[in-house]
Amino acid sequence: MKAMIKVTLKKGVLDPQGKAIMGSLGSLGFDGYNNIRQGKYFELDIDAASKADAQAKVKDMCEKLLANTVIENYEIEITG
Amino acid sequence: MKTSIIQFPGLNRESDMIMALENVAGARVETVWHTETSLPDTDLVVIPGGFSYGDYLRCGAIAARSPIMKAIIEHANKGGKVLGVCNGFQILVETGMLRGALMRNANLKFVCKRVVLKVENDSTFFTSKMTKGDQVSCPVAHHDGNYFVDKETLKRLEGDGQIIFRYAAGSNPNGSLNDIAGICNAKGNVIGMMPHPENMIEPLHGKTDCRPLFESIAA
Repeated sequence: MKAMIKVTLKKGVLDPQGKAIMGSLGSLGFDGYNNIRQGKYFELDIDAASKADAQAKVKDMCEKLLANTVIENYEIEITG
Repeated sequence: MKTSIIQFPGLNRESDMIMALENVAGARVETVWHTETSLPDTDLVVIPGGFSYGDYLRCGAIAARSPIMKAIIEHANKGGKVLGVCNGFQILVETGMLRGALMRNANLKFVCKRVVLKVENDSTFFTSKMTKGDQVSCPVAHHDGNYFVDKETLKRLEGDGQIIFRYAAGSNPNGSLNDIAGICNAKGNVIGMMPHPENMIEPLHGKTDCRPLFESIAA
């Protein structure tokens, strides 16, 4: 099975990098966009008996390492 | 004072820290490699600065899950003293031993300069030779020192005297919430700070303002 994990900053946490990216897009001439938030994306292959089992394993990984839950949220998708 | 200094791959400030601990605090320092699972007989554990694991994932995130950290958490739970400076502070917040998170500097720049620190709590093992309100020069050198914590926890930290150092007015180099430069846990035996006091103790450093911090350890 494959797990895809999206880690994003929580609402209310400032994202200076997102802000800088927004400014850079502006200098390239893009307009009509707002609120850019930078995040992280992980992919991994996982051995699990079921999707639910894989989900539980990956959730544990997120809580213990992949995300810092003080400032970040995570979303997990399992396929295959 | 029996002191263990923890060495992770990528840390680079251990020599300066050992010198400060030996020369000013009069400590007997042993270096402990991160793969160890127990500490030698120790009063104080120090995690110095640097770039453990190249700051991969998040600063301090991978070091915080190293084998030695379990022993350090146990040491702290028994009341043992722990000090983390710069990357050491980032590692301590990543373990959850200290509250909050250290995010990318608000101006996105690596800052390497001298700032002014204000002492906010003079009853800890690292500040007992100082007086609340004292201002000292101290260098900073980091890319991720922008302290963040949720509002409720911030209120508790402020109310309980867990803010130990603040950047003095106009001196905040990274956008830290409430100008926070250093904090401790509820019991006061775990301390973390972004600035590098070990680099402000010899005339060759330009100033010796931070000697009282290391003298506090000896007290």
